[in-house]
Amino acid sequence: MRASAASTRLTARHRARRAERGASRSAPVSLLAPGLVALAFLILPLIGLVIRAPWGHMASVLSGTDAVQALELSLWTATTATGVALVIGVPLAWLLARTVFPGQRLVRALVTLPLVLPPVVGGVALLLAFGRAGFIGQLLNSWFGITIPFTPVAVVMAETFVAMPFLIVTVEGALRSANLGYEEAAATMGAGKMTVFRRVTVPMIAPSLGAGAVLCWARALGEFGATITFAGSFPGQTETMPIAVYYALQTDPDAAIALSLILLVVSIAVLVSLRDRWLRGGSTQ
Amino acid sequence: MTDERADGLAVGAQVRRGGFLLDVVLSVAPGEVVGVLGPNGAGKSTLLKALAGLIPVTTGRITLGGRVLDDAGTGTFVEPAARPVGFVFQDYRLFPHLSVLENVAFAPRARRWGKREARSAAAGWLGRLGLADLAQRKPSALSGGQAQRVALARALAGEPGLLLLDEPLSALDAGTRLDVQSELRMHLSEFTGPCLLVTHDPLEALVLADRLTVLEDGRIVQQGAPARVARQPATEYVAKLVGLNLYAGHADGSTVKLADGGTFVIPDRGQHGDVLISVRPSAFAVSLGPPEASSPRNVWPARVAGLTLLADRIRLDLSGTPPALADVTPAAVAELSLQPGSKVWLAVKATDLEVYSRAPVGVPGD
Amino acid sequence: MRRTVTVILAVAAATAAAAGCSANSSPATSSASLNADTSVSGGITVFAAASLQGAFTTLGRQFEAAHPGTTVKFNFGASSTLATEITSGSPADVFASAAPQNMDTVVKAGDASSPVTFAKNVMEVAVPPSNPAHVTSVSDLAKSSVKTALCQPQVPCGFTAQKVFTNAKITVKPVTLQPDVKSVLTQVELNNVDAGMVYVTDVKAAGTKVKGIKIRASENATTDYPIATIKSSKNSGTAQAFASYVASPAGQKVLAADGFEKP
Repeated sequence: MRASAASTRLTARHRARRAERGASRSAPVSLLAPGLVALAFLILPLIGLVIRAPWGHMASVLSGTDAVQALELSLWTATTATGVALVIGVPLAWLLARTVFPGQRLVRALVTLPLVLPPVVGGVALLLAFGRAGFIGQLLNSWFGITIPFTPVAVVMAETFVAMPFLIVTVEGALRSANLGYEEAAATMGAGKMTVFRRVTVPMIAPSLGAGAVLCWARALGEFGATITFAGSFPGQTETMPIAVYYALQTDPDAAIALSLILLVVSIAVLVSLRDRWLRGGSTQ
Repeated sequence: MTDERADGLAVGAQVRRGGFLLDVVLSVAPGEVVGVLGPNGAGKSTLLKALAGLIPVTTGRITLGGRVLDDAGTGTFVEPAARPVGFVFQDYRLFPHLSVLENVAFAPRARRWGKREARSAAAGWLGRLGLADLAQRKPSALSGGQAQRVALARALAGEPGLLLLDEPLSALDAGTRLDVQSELRMHLSEFTGPCLLVTHDPLEALVLADRLTVLEDGRIVQQGAPARVARQPATEYVAKLVGLNLYAGHADGSTVKLADGGTFVIPDRGQHGDVLISVRPSAFAVSLGPPEASSPRNVWPARVAGLTLLADRIRLDLSGTPPALADVTPAAVAELSLQPGSKVWLAVKATDLEVYSRAPVGVPGD
Repeated sequence: MRRTVTVILAVAAATAAAAGCSANSSPATSSASLNADTSVSGGITVFAAASLQGAFTTLGRQFEAAHPGTTVKFNFGASSTLATEITSGSPADVFASAAPQNMDTVVKAGDASSPVTFAKNVMEVAVPPSNPAHVTSVSDLAKSSVKTALCQPQVPCGFTAQKVFTNAKITVKPVTLQPDVKSVLTQVELNNVDAGMVYVTDVKAAGTKVKGIKIRASENATTDYPIATIKSSKNSGTAQAFASYVASPAGQKVLAADGFEKP
């Protein structure tokens, strides 16, 4: 019998840690190596941004751009789009997870369609529906004199279109795996369906709801193709950060890098402030 | 106008779930605690769910205090949220995201009380159950016994007209269970409406219930006072539960011909027809050879099939015509060198046999 | 394990730093361009302005037919975007720009030399077939009630349009600045805007999908289209042959048919 094959050296620090934590929690090489490759793949481009930034003359570089306007627009449209997604997406997720209706599988496929559709295609589709000559847009125009394209509303709509599926998919998953016993208990205590939804269902899927909302927000913030096609691009009105970066790249790469950095810093700040808890998904059990 | 709670609970219904059929006729008076016993799959949970409105009945109806909760004939069905029911679940189901106080205040708030009223009512209940200083804790920080009491407080806070408890103590360890049991008895006796308590623990049923109902395979096989059920079990399951030997046979005056073979001599009370006989395990005398000239009328040979050590005695599993479970002291086992395979003789007095006819189900005993 | 991860990340960062600190230059020209390779075969990639899509696709097919064994692939887009891609090292063999400015960017970066002007284009106002804003001349675009789509300022169709507006002495406030001329055309085709500033060649290519409003010669602006081979091309013989073909009478015929003017 091979005597020492499975024995390792444990320092005092290792011993203390293992005693506290229980079984060994160190990663096997077959998982560690690919994991680090993934980490490197994600981090290296960001490091590239940080290294190549025009640290010396940031202010002057940015003063020539629409940085502030674009950032403001991006932040509030992404947040609004997430808000809209929560208000209409969560009920849809609930319908998909908790009810049975004809054509449900088709609806579920349609909901995930924006995830696979190229964003520009999404933008064109939005134009065909809500553009000035679109089948809904026409009615809005003739009945109420409202045109949506080229307004910030169009930006919000485009962002909602591409980002809401992330929220719906996450929330549907959480609702499916939720323990229905609590909702049963609430019903026996006199809670009607909306009360159960409000006071039991939603609070208990809060982590997944948060994770889905963060994903949705992040996706909305970075959207380019659908917004530029449906909402167009005009500084202050509809030019979001991603569009500003794209344009800057062709005229002033330093400005593009600076704008990218700002977007990066803002995104990290938001994600970090939401902390671990929101990104962990699942439900409170 | 009669008080809605005056008439209690009345059930006469069938519930079909997949291949299973629950068929019960049952009534519970206000203030009465009925213990529902039965093996797994007997339909106990189905019964509670039907009463709570979580499952509709297939035929028949359920009324509470004269008010129809469910009537398959007319199609009337009162949603669970509209039924005045308090339910204590086996796994408690305390809302993990709410504090103990908010949990207990949930039913009043759901029933449209103001937030402040609901919270003070909840605080009152927590006080009554000795949980006042746990008010701000989350359920995950509670011990088993504490959680059980919170679950009870939560069910009572809504001022229900019907209280349903599904194995309320089964999640507790033996020690805690005894403590909580006596408290629970007190609270149940204070509850003025009808109460159904599902349990598989006969001791619990004996302590907590005023009346027992035994369900087997979706049907009530015995109803009656705990003492009676404990003495005159109607089925093998009940007999096992209360720790008695049960024999079925045909009586003819002073003898009973047992269905599985053998004959018992019983005190002659002029009984004729099908009867059940229950015998306490401690009523048997075990000897190595046939007793000579002794009073027990029922003597027969048997073989030891197994031995089980109970707290202060040894239960012998004996095969014979008929078979029996007999309790003897460890000393006796040692003295007689009893072991699996040992041949013995059993003796039990006729006067130690509890003979009774199968009572028609649905008629509560004394 | 934490220490291992830290070490690896540190190495990665150092590597990136080292790379970043190196001169911001395009990749060194390969020795392939020194080959006196005059054979015309193999594949080439042509980066061309969006407005050249129709004409160049035809030219590509003709070229392939004339030189069996060659394949011509195209990357159409805004000249400014293409210029950025080329100077960042994107593998191109030929670059055809819709304005000299974008070609200059590439030449200055050392990726091309000796561009040749092969066509000229002038602008035209494109409106949806129904002309909802009743546009009759370019001056109408100055009206606030007319929704106009323009190209972004650094794209040829964008700065050329500004030249037109200067000539016509008007100020136009567009509702959108699109990345290239074809997306301006799309906005007009879908009747999402009342007018778009595009080239005459685009109006011709769109056929009945848009209506063109001509711009007076005195107000119009022209833009020169230069073409050049990229120094780092791995198939410079074929690349040069294609560029020559574009400038040849045969190529000019195709361009003229699309509405381009002679250089």
